[in-house]
Amino acid sequence: MNSSKKNRLKDNAFKYFGIGCTTFGLAMLAIFIGNILIEGFARIDWDFITNFPSRNPDKAGILPALIGTLWIMGLTAIISIPLGISAAIYLEEYGKKSRLANVLEINISNLAGVPSIIYGLLGLEIFGRIMGMGGSLLAGASTLSLLILPIIIVSTREALKAVPKSIKEASFAMGASKWQTISYQLLPASFGGIITGIILALSRAVGETAPLIVIGALAYVPFVPSSPTDEFSVLPIQIFNWISRPQKGFAINAASAIIVLLMVTFVLNGIAMYLRNKWQKKVQW
Amino acid sequence: MNKLEARNVNVFYGPNQVIKDVSISIKKNTVTAFIGPSGCGKSTFLRLFNRMNDYIDIFKMEGRIEIDGSDIYDKQIRVEELRKQIGMVFQKPNPFPKTIYENVIYGLRIQGIKDKKILDEVVEKSLKQAALWEEVKDKLKNSALALSGGQQQRLCIARTLAVAPTVILMDEPASALDPISSAKVEELIYELKSQYTIVIVTHNMQQAGRVSDTTAFFYMGELVEHDSTKMIFTNPKNERTQNYITGRFG
Ligand SMILES: Nc1ncnc2c1ncn2[C@@H]1O[C@H](COP(=O)(O)OP(=O)(O)O)[C@@H](O)[C@H]1O
Ligand SMILES: [Mg+2]
Repeated sequence: MNSSKKNRLKDNAFKYFGIGCTTFGLAMLAIFIGNILIEGFARIDWDFITNFPSRNPDKAGILPALIGTLWIMGLTAIISIPLGISAAIYLEEYGKKSRLANVLEINISNLAGVPSIIYGLLGLEIFGRIMGMGGSLLAGASTLSLLILPIIIVSTREALKAVPKSIKEASFAMGASKWQTISYQLLPASFGGIITGIILALSRAVGETAPLIVIGALAYVPFVPSSPTDEFSVLPIQIFNWISRPQKGFAINAASAIIVLLMVTFVLNGIAMYLRNKWQKKVQW
Repeated sequence: MNKLEARNVNVFYGPNQVIKDVSISIKKNTVTAFIGPSGCGKSTFLRLFNRMNDYIDIFKMEGRIEIDGSDIYDKQIRVEELRKQIGMVFQKPNPFPKTIYENVIYGLRIQGIKDKKILDEVVEKSLKQAALWEEVKDKLKNSALALSGGQQQRLCIARTLAVAPTVILMDEPASALDPISSAKVEELIYELKSQYTIVIVTHNMQQAGRVSDTTAFFYMGELVEHDSTKMIFTNPKNERTQNYITGRFG
């Protein structure tokens, strides 16, 4: 066998290995989602969305948890987006050479790898106890903001980096200040990438359970939270709670709630994809 | 008084000296061509005049550079103001990923000018000056990135003209363009020189010969010779200049 033939064989072997791995991953996901759909789809109706949790699985609904999740998402966005983008702009455009930036830089990459329960403990101590927020939505959102800040910072920096240097040079040469260059050129040109990163980070936050349990989010909430200082539950906690019950009816409820949660994240990812495509079409170098 | 003046300028990138004791005077409303082999420091020297080298960490300069007699590296100088006076056109066309209209008014926008009438006027005037108006007047709201390379370069020139500079620096403005676009840009430079002081880096000897009044020949960071273009091309004083323009090296 000559070597080109051997190489072709290797090529093919690797190709089929790759296809196999991909199929395996997709198949697992399909089985999981299929299972959930079969089990939970029938249970989803308007009542399920608008009812409060109940001891009777047939009457139980997800309203407080769903609203809690939406609140958490909104508050986390409000806290983390300005912080994350500002930090990224500082690191990328202003702090390039400073020692501080170097230290921050190393730490930010590390922070992204810290287990989320550690963030929960941090949030419990700082937001819950020291700042006196207790187990409120605000404490939860602040904790999750810490959790996703590194993701937002890293992705925003990547997006800023992707803007060609020639654009920056052109702007400076026209007499623009640094800030004008950032706000008129860099941010608009990298908007697609930034927003994609933000949305992916938020969908991560929406799925988090552990840190919220640690700061004291409730498993049973008989009311709809109406202000950031209210206590709350979120969908993943509701799901966790239901799954740990012995009755079959709650397992079905859990499956249904998973479908709703998946839908929330799919919608978020859909928006991310839409915006990315839209912006990429507009900005091509 | 000369429009631009460099006195005993040295430039270092880290330990490497890339400009060696260069002094040059450039008169108002003339076109000066910088020629010389690749890497001899033409771009570096050109970018001293609008302080674009300031962004390079390892850049260091000694000496003095003046516009209308005042030191542009003075601590009092606001770089943003300086660059409104001294525009720059780059080698590779670099329009902003925005509409044609937005590209032209960018300089005014960052100065806070919002009056639609003024902006419209400037857009038309600048695009006409850059010989682009007829080609784009019906698609001002289209993306500048949809234009051809040559059109993009003329748009970049229009964008520079829009802020009414007195000096325009051009770093091989036609080298990335096809011959026809290149000829158009050249023609444009020729027309602009009655109103602007232009400094152009070029690799193209014929181009230097056609558009410039004076030519400066750089070699390994030194300014070997600066004289009227006619003299440089017909009767250079220095042997190295002679060798370069007759194509014996470079
Ligand atoms: N940003 C930079 N950092 C370090 N060295 C540079 C940089 N830019 C240019 N140089 C060096 O400076 C010298 C002059 O470069 P340049 O001004 O671009 O020459 P030219 O435009 O005549 O080709 C070259 O040796 C080049 O390698
Ligand atoms: Mg050059």
